[in-house]
Amino acid sequence: MRVSLKWLAEYVDVTLSPEELGHRLTMAGLELETIDRVGGEWDEELITVGRVVAVEPHPNADRLVLATVDYGGEAPQTVVCGAPNVEAEQKIAFARAGATLIDGRSGKPSILKPAKIRGVESAGMVCSEKELGLSGEHEGILVLAEDAPVGTPLAAYLGDAILNLDLTPNRPDWMSMLGVAREVAALTGAEVREPEHTYADQDESAPAKVAVEIADPDLCSRYVAAVIEGVRLGPSPQWLQERLIAGGMRPINNVVDITNYVMLELGQPLHAFDFGTVKDAKIIVRRARAGERLVTLDGEERALTDDMLVIADAEKPLALAGVMGGADSEVTDTTTMILLESATFHAANVRRTAAKLRSRTEASTRFEKGLSPELAMVAAQRATKLLVELAGGSALHGQVDCYPTPANDVQIDVTRRRLLQVLGIDLPTSTVRATLTSLGFSCRWVPPELYQVRVPYWRTDVAIADDVAEEVARIVGYDRIPTKNLGGEVPSAIAQPRRELREQLRDSCVAAGMQEVITYSLTTLELLERVLSPEQLASQPPLKVAHTLSAEYEYLRPTLWASVLKTAAANLRHHEGELALFEASRVYLPQGDELPQEQEHIVGVVTGRREDRWGRPSDEAVDFYDAKGYAQAALGAAGLNATFEDAERFALLPGRTAQLAADGRIVGVVGQVHPTVAAAFDIGQDVYLFELVVDELLPSMGAERAFESIFRFPPVIQDLALVVDRGLAAERVRAAIEEHELVRRVRIFDVYEGAGISPDKKSLALSVTYQSPDRTLTTEEVAKAQASIVKQLRQELSAELRG
Amino acid sequence: MGAGFDLLISHPRRRLTAQRRMLIMPVSMTDQENDKIDLKAIATRARAELDAAADETALETWRVAQLGRKGVVTSVLRRLVDLPIEERRRLGAEANALKGELEAALESKREALAGERLAATMTEGALDVTLPGRAKRIGRLHPVTQTLREMTEIFTSMGFAVIEGPEVESDYYNFQALRIPLDHPARDMQDTLYIDYQRDGVYPYMLRTHTSPNQVRFMEQHSPPIRVIVPGRCYRNEATDPQREWMFSQIELLAVDEGISMADLKGTLFEFAKRMFGQERKVRFRCDYFPFVEPGVDMAIDCFLCGGKGCRTCREGGWIEILGAGMVHPQILQNMGYDTDRYTGFAAGIGAERICLLQHGIEDIRSFYSNDVRFLEQF
Repeated sequence: MRVSLKWLAEYVDVTLSPEELGHRLTMAGLELETIDRVGGEWDEELITVGRVVAVEPHPNADRLVLATVDYGGEAPQTVVCGAPNVEAEQKIAFARAGATLIDGRSGKPSILKPAKIRGVESAGMVCSEKELGLSGEHEGILVLAEDAPVGTPLAAYLGDAILNLDLTPNRPDWMSMLGVAREVAALTGAEVREPEHTYADQDESAPAKVAVEIADPDLCSRYVAAVIEGVRLGPSPQWLQERLIAGGMRPINNVVDITNYVMLELGQPLHAFDFGTVKDAKIIVRRARAGERLVTLDGEERALTDDMLVIADAEKPLALAGVMGGADSEVTDTTTMILLESATFHAANVRRTAAKLRSRTEASTRFEKGLSPELAMVAAQRATKLLVELAGGSALHGQVDCYPTPANDVQIDVTRRRLLQVLGIDLPTSTVRATLTSLGFSCRWVPPELYQVRVPYWRTDVAIADDVAEEVARIVGYDRIPTKNLGGEVPSAIAQPRRELREQLRDSCVAAGMQEVITYSLTTLELLERVLSPEQLASQPPLKVAHTLSAEYEYLRPTLWASVLKTAAANLRHHEGELALFEASRVYLPQGDELPQEQEHIVGVVTGRREDRWGRPSDEAVDFYDAKGYAQAALGAAGLNATFEDAERFALLPGRTAQLAADGRIVGVVGQVHPTVAAAFDIGQDVYLFELVVDELLPSMGAERAFESIFRFPPVIQDLALVVDRGLAAERVRAAIEEHELVRRVRIFDVYEGAGISPDKKSLALSVTYQSPDRTLTTEEVAKAQASIVKQLRQELSAELRG
Repeated sequence: MGAGFDLLISHPRRRLTAQRRMLIMPVSMTDQENDKIDLKAIATRARAELDAAADETALETWRVAQLGRKGVVTSVLRRLVDLPIEERRRLGAEANALKGELEAALESKREALAGERLAATMTEGALDVTLPGRAKRIGRLHPVTQTLREMTEIFTSMGFAVIEGPEVESDYYNFQALRIPLDHPARDMQDTLYIDYQRDGVYPYMLRTHTSPNQVRFMEQHSPPIRVIVPGRCYRNEATDPQREWMFSQIELLAVDEGISMADLKGTLFEFAKRMFGQERKVRFRCDYFPFVEPGVDMAIDCFLCGGKGCRTCREGGWIEILGAGMVHPQILQNMGYDTDRYTGFAAGIGAERICLLQHGIEDIRSFYSNDVRFLEQF
C-alpha cells in the first residue's frame, strides 16, 4: 500500500517526519518498506510554480515557441520551449538557471545553464514530468492545477513522501487512506477527519429506476446501487489524478477515477456500469451458469464456472463479482447514466475466482480479506457525491440497498484479568479505554473487572478478547510489556532416539574428518536417474512438486547420492587432495495416498589423493577402504557395529561394493561409484560413497552400552600367517579364529599376494590375542588352542600355515 | 611385507635380558693371574677404563668386567679366603671400599652420560618449532547445523524438550489447524510448494512452510505443561535474495501452561537473543500477524552489515527479521481440549539461517546451500 503523506494530511494532522511516522506504524503492525520522495531534490528557490503569461512563436524555429513566465520574481522571464502543449495562462513548474533537473535525453541529473537556442537567449525552463523526476513523460510540459499559487516552491506545492507499507492480510481497512489515518491518529493522539458524503440529489429515487436481486446471498451479503444521471465523461481534476498516481493507479476518466479514488480512500471497491447496457434495469447477483462467458475489461474472454459469482442483468453476466467488470457494460464517452455498485462479496469466493482466472486485482485483494457490509453504503454515498461534484452528475435520491441479513455490531466482554493473563501487564483502566477509543472502539468500563467493548464496523478482524488485548498492546507499544523468565514446572524430557542417533552419527562423521554439507531436498529427475535404476524409479516414482520456481528443484529426493556427488563434483573444480563430504538429511519415500515415509540417511563421498605430512596431496589416491573406514568410524563412535558383505548396487562398481548388515537388517552400503556414473557427474577420478540408513540402524542401538571389565590376567599375543583361497573373505577367517574360547581378539594386519604364493591363493597375517578372564594362560594351553584353530581352519576353509 | 612367518613366534620380551647378558663378554681377565693383589693398580686401571667408557654399552661392559660375578673386584673378594686372617681383614675392608667406590663412580658416570645425551638432544636435535604440525584431517559441521545446535542448546537449558516432525505435511496441519482455511489470504504469506497430487480438486500435501504444524501435532498428544522446541527444515515457493532461501531451517518454540503471558514470551526471546548475539545487538519487538497467534509478534535484529542504516543484505530496512511469534490463539488451545481460561501459551518460529548470517557477518544466505568447501571450512 502506497500512502501519500500529502494526501493523508486531508484526514489527519501529521507532525512526525516520514521516517518517524514509518517507524511508529511499523511497530504497530504496518511495516514500512521504503519511502519514495517526490520532489525531495527540488531546489526551493529555483524551482517554483509559474504562470505562462504569453506564448509567441520563435523567430527562427517553427517547432519552438517563446514562453514568458511569471514565476513570482520581480519580472517575468522569457524562455524557449519546445513542448507542443504549452499555452498561455497555464500554471506550470518553472526552473531557473542553476537548478538541478533530470536531463530529458540522458536521464541523468544536470544543472540548468543559460543557453542561446536558435539565436534566442533562454535562462530557464518550463519543466516536463521527466525533467522533474516524476515520471518518464517528456512529450509535453507538466501542467499544474489552475489554482496553483504562483511563486510557491514546487517542492511545497507538489512535493510528497510516499510510505510503502507491507500490510498483513487480516487488515483490509489498512488498505485505505482513511484506515491508515485512523492508525496514525491513534498512535499520535490526533483526530481523524472523515471524508464528506452528503450531496444534493433529485426527487426521483434510485429504487424506482433500478431493481437489485441477490440470488445467492451466501456469496453476497449486501449490494448497494446508486444511479447518477447526466454524467459527462472526461479527465479527472488534476488533484485527483495526482492522488491516484501517488496511490499507484493510472488515471483513466473521471468516472473510473472516482471509483478508484474512493477505493483507495475508504477501502471499498466500486464499479460503475453504463446504465444503458443493463437490460431491463435489473441487477441480479448470482452464480455463473456453466458455459457462460464474459469478456472482461482487460479484453480477455473468460469461461465461467458455477462456483463464480457474477453481476448479471436479466439476460447475461455483466461483471465478475469483486474481480473485474465486463467490457460490454463499461462506461464510455457516450455514457451519461451510471449505475454505481458498492457491494460486499464473500471473501474466499472472490479469492478463489481471482486465483482461478489468474486475475488478482486491487478490488479482489480487498474483498478477499473480508470487508464490512457497513462500508458498502458509506462508500456508495462518498462516490456519488464525487460523481455529482466532479463529473457533472445528478444523483437519484437514495440507493437500492439489498441487505438480506444485516450484521449486528460486534460486542466483546473483556476482563481486566484476561488482559493481564495475556499481556503480562496490568494496564490502568484509563489507558485501556483511551487506547480503544482512539481506534474507534467504544469501551465501557464496568468496575471492578469488565470492559464492554463495541468493535467499529471497519474492524472485521476483531472477534475475541485476545484480539482486543492485541489492539491495546500494539498502540501502547510492545515495549511496555515487561520481560519475565519462564517459571513453573519443567515438563519431563521426551526420548527422541532417531534424532539422537542421527546427531551422534553426524558428530562421528565429523570426528572422522569429514565435512558436512547440506543440499536441497528437491532435485531433478535427470540427476536421480544417474543413481537410481529405471526399475527403482518405475516401481517407486519420486514425488514431484506441483508448481516450482525452477526446473532444478522439482522432485523430492528418495536418495541423497546424487546431491552429495553433485556437491563433490562442484568442489573438485578447485579442491586438491582428499575430499570427504557427508550429508545427514531426510529422503522421501512415496507411500501411495499417504504422506511419504521420511527416512534419515547419511551419505558420504570420498575422493582425491591422500595428504602427506605437509597436508599436500600425495601420489596415493584414496580407495574403497577409506570410504569403508569412514563408515566404520562413524558407526564405531556411535557404538554400532555392522558386517560387510559383497553386494551389487546400481551406480556402484560390482566387486567393489559391500552392503552393511546389522542384526539381520541391511543398514547401509559402501562402494566405488561406477566410473560411468562418476563421469555423468563430471568426476574423472575414482570416487567412493557410503550410505548409512539411520532408521535401519536404530533397532541395533542397545539400551545402554554394557561395560566390559578389563581382564586382570596377561594376554598372549601370537601372529599367524595363513595361505587361503584368493576369493575367500578375510573376515570369514578372522571370525572363525575369534570363535575359539581362549581367543579374545583377532586383527588382520596384512594381505599378501605374489611371489612365493600360488596365483589362486593369498596370504593373510593375523594377530591373535589369547586371554582368559580367570587365569594366566600357560604356553601349553596356547599352543594347544593354536593347533586346534589351525586344524579347524584347514578343514573348514582349506587354510594352510604359510611355510 | 612378504617375508615369511615361520610358524609361531612367541613374544620374546622376557628372554631379552638373558640374550643381552650373553652378548657381553668379560674382559680384563689377565689380572686374575696375578698372585699379588694390588688394589691400587686395580683401582687406577678401573677408573681409567670407566673414564674412557663413552656410552651405555661400554659402561655395561665395564660393570661386568669390574663388578660382575666374574669381574676383577669380585674375584679379589673371592680370593681373600686363601689369605691369612690379618691380611684378609685388611684387604677385605679395602676391597669392599673399592667396590663401593667403583659402584658410586659407575652411577655418577651413568648420570653424566645421560646428561650429555640430553644436552646433545637439546642442541643438535633442536627442532624448528615453526614448521607446521603433521597434517591431520579436520571434519566440520555445516555452519547452519552449528547454529541450530547452539539455538537448541539455549532452549534446552531453559527446560524445552526437543522433538521433530515431518517435512512433507498435510494441508490440515500446515494450514487448516492453524486457522488458515483454504482460500484464506494468509496463504499468500507463505508461498507453498505443493506435492503434485490432487484429491477432490485440491493439493492435500505440501512441503511444510513452517515448523508450526508441530504445535498442533504435539498438543494433540500431550497436555500442559508443555515446553518443546521443534527444529526442522521448511520450504517456500519464493524467489531467493540475500535474505531469503526457498529451503531454510526453523526452530519452533511452544510453551503452554498456567500463567504464561507475553511477558514470558518476551523474556524468553530476549534471553535467547542475548545469549546468541551478546548484549550489543539491538532487538526490535513489534506487532505482526500470524493467524495462529494473538497477539502476534515479529522480532528483528539490527543489521550487522550497515548497523541499521539499510543495505542490500537487510533489503534497505536496517533490520533482519529472525522470528515470528505470539500467544497461541485460544481457539487452537480450545481445539486441543485445553481449558483456555486456565491455560495460555506462546509460540515462535525462529529462522536459523538468518541467525547464522548475523553470527558470522555472512552477506548472502544463498552461500549456505551452495556448499563450497572454501566457504564451509571457515566455520
